[in-house]
Amino acid sequence: MEIIIDGQKCEAEAGQTVLEAAQQIGIKIPTLCYLKEVNEIGACRICIVEIEGKGYQTACTFPVSEGLRIKTTSPEIRRLRKLNLELILANHPQDCLKCERSTNCELQSLSKELGVEKVRFAQDSGGYKLDQSTPSIVRDYNKCIKCRRCVSVCEKVQGVKALYPNQRSFKAIISPGYKQELKDVSCVLCGQCIHACPVAAIKEKDDTERVWQVLNDENKHVVLQIAPAVRVALGEEFELPPGTPITEKIVTACRRLGFDKIFDTVFSADLTIVEEGHELLARLKNDGPLPLFTSCSPGWIKYIEHFHSDLLDHLSSCKSPQQMFGALAKSYYAETEGIEPENIVVVSIMPCTAKKFEATREEMEVNGNRDIDIVLTTRELARMLRVCGVDLMKLPAGEFDAPLGITTGAGDIFGITGGVMEAALRTVYEEVTENELEKLEFNQVRGFEGVREASIDLAGQEVNVAIINGLGNVDEVLTAIKEGEKEYHFVEVMSCPGGCIGGGGQPIPTTEEIIVQRGKGLYDIDQAKEIRKSHENPIIKEIYKDYLGEIGGQKAHNLLHTTYQERDQY
Amino acid sequence: MEATIEEITKALDSERTPLISVLHAVQAELGYLSTEGLKIVAKKLDIPLSKVYGVATFYTLLDTEEKGENVIRLCESAPCHIKGATNILTELQDKLDIDVGETTDDNKFSLEMTSCLGICAVAPAIMINGTVYGNLTSKKLDSILDRY
Repeated sequence: MEIIIDGQKCEAEAGQTVLEAAQQIGIKIPTLCYLKEVNEIGACRICIVEIEGKGYQTACTFPVSEGLRIKTTSPEIRRLRKLNLELILANHPQDCLKCERSTNCELQSLSKELGVEKVRFAQDSGGYKLDQSTPSIVRDYNKCIKCRRCVSVCEKVQGVKALYPNQRSFKAIISPGYKQELKDVSCVLCGQCIHACPVAAIKEKDDTERVWQVLNDENKHVVLQIAPAVRVALGEEFELPPGTPITEKIVTACRRLGFDKIFDTVFSADLTIVEEGHELLARLKNDGPLPLFTSCSPGWIKYIEHFHSDLLDHLSSCKSPQQMFGALAKSYYAETEGIEPENIVVVSIMPCTAKKFEATREEMEVNGNRDIDIVLTTRELARMLRVCGVDLMKLPAGEFDAPLGITTGAGDIFGITGGVMEAALRTVYEEVTENELEKLEFNQVRGFEGVREASIDLAGQEVNVAIINGLGNVDEVLTAIKEGEKEYHFVEVMSCPGGCIGGGGQPIPTTEEIIVQRGKGLYDIDQAKEIRKSHENPIIKEIYKDYLGEIGGQKAHNLLHTTYQERDQY
Repeated sequence: MEATIEEITKALDSERTPLISVLHAVQAELGYLSTEGLKIVAKKLDIPLSKVYGVATFYTLLDTEEKGENVIRLCESAPCHIKGATNILTELQDKLDIDVGETTDDNKFSLEMTSCLGICAVAPAIMINGTVYGNLTSKKLDSILDRY
């Protein structure tokens, strides 16, 4: 159909909004609450335009129709947009200098874009107490501008539905019902709401100060592990293009911060594959319970504990790579180095806010030693580096320390949706068929669709696998499994869209396009590795021989496996 | 309580989005929307509790707390404000010796604010239970309260 925008005739398709039609011809209508396909509700009224015969309307909600005449700019439109923004600013603390989102805040950018010079209304942001009840996420209700993007992401993308607008008018607050704290509801702490938030109303619990303290304590031996997804994202905090792999630079940078050893979560990802592959084969042989669900994504673990606790025995009993690393650092590594485990502090750099929660789970300790002491997100590591004035790109390349930093490419792809499945298939295939894999890439399990399926022939046995990319796709698959429509043997679940590369602790912004770039970075790292199968990791072979004993044996179970708990569904 | 709410949700089953009708009916039947009640509504309608609570607290005619025998709702919209609603509020607070959101010791009156009652022509206005009173003055207020 033909419509007319600012006097310019243009083509538009039925079902499009005025905003989309304008974008197509290069007219950028300002938005704030708009999140493509997720939150298109016209709540902030910044995208106001004039429609002939219909007055002033929000462009993100108004559908196009034949012959529609639209004006996207005029003195009155500019006045109205600015007025609406001023009203939003009246309820927002104007302390940008002290705000962690300063220079990366959509409200701040918009104020500049629309030329706001003063706010004519009395300032009142509510005086609410911060919700700091969880180890992962902090909600600052004072900074909330009620755009509802977090509500939509939590409900539509993640299917968790923990948040909703409560009360009305000045008293409106976006929170769990009854103003409960996040710790009291079925929030899985995935942190996708952080990426949705245009301001600093939701953020990670900052643990950098705790890390500075242990780095300054001479009696502590501080070891670091860095998750795969961090190395293809951290660069974005320092103006590099999304997905640029900077592994060696990160190693050098972290050494400068004062960590005693720089190890790699990719190592324990390899270890996870060996243990979990063994578990899968055992279940295939002993009739279940099947399907086996992966257990590396802590948001998924919390989700199944809240919403599908009848399926807990389907979860792999393997700890996540983060936790396996900690358990080994305080046992195998401590013993071989002759350091008391009590004096070792294990710090993780994770792309994830739920990992902070995982580290505090009561199950995650061995002989009274907590597996993990402190978890930082990618963003927090960037903060520490900035404070120290580390010029990332000018640093020389560094190498991970042995032994817990010797890795294979299979562990690297843990950071992308389908990666755990692919790494597992590389190992399980060779184990079962006793043949060497000719082609290491399992393209059937790659991609970014919400649910992907494949069937793999393992020495005559057809193994059905599925990959769930994002928690919002879980219910559909679990329902099909429960009702017997689908018979899978192995299912990988990643809480965040794209997998860990899209995690709640990653640099802001994290968008679909950026996630694809980060994923490419991880596949490139795998491709370039000499060894690309977890079971061929020489250190892992050595550790089983010298220390752990049998794969899936008693000692491995004590250190590397865990249990789960039923949680209330609120 | 569960049986009552079940009956209500069943009766309103055919509505496309029955939540608001259900909340009105539950309040009419049980007096107010208790936590327990809302949890049952959420379960029966398969709507997250955060959303049910959100809707219940959005509408001023829905009560999530127990109220006195008679609920006085004073309109806080612009026309009533201009025509002196704040004076009426002070009068009510003095006469009843309670603040907004409170109930008198004898449990006779609760005082609430409400969004527009739709009778701006007779502003300032209040609604007591289901009855509206407009063109309020201090003197008129006494005679109105005496009826309860």
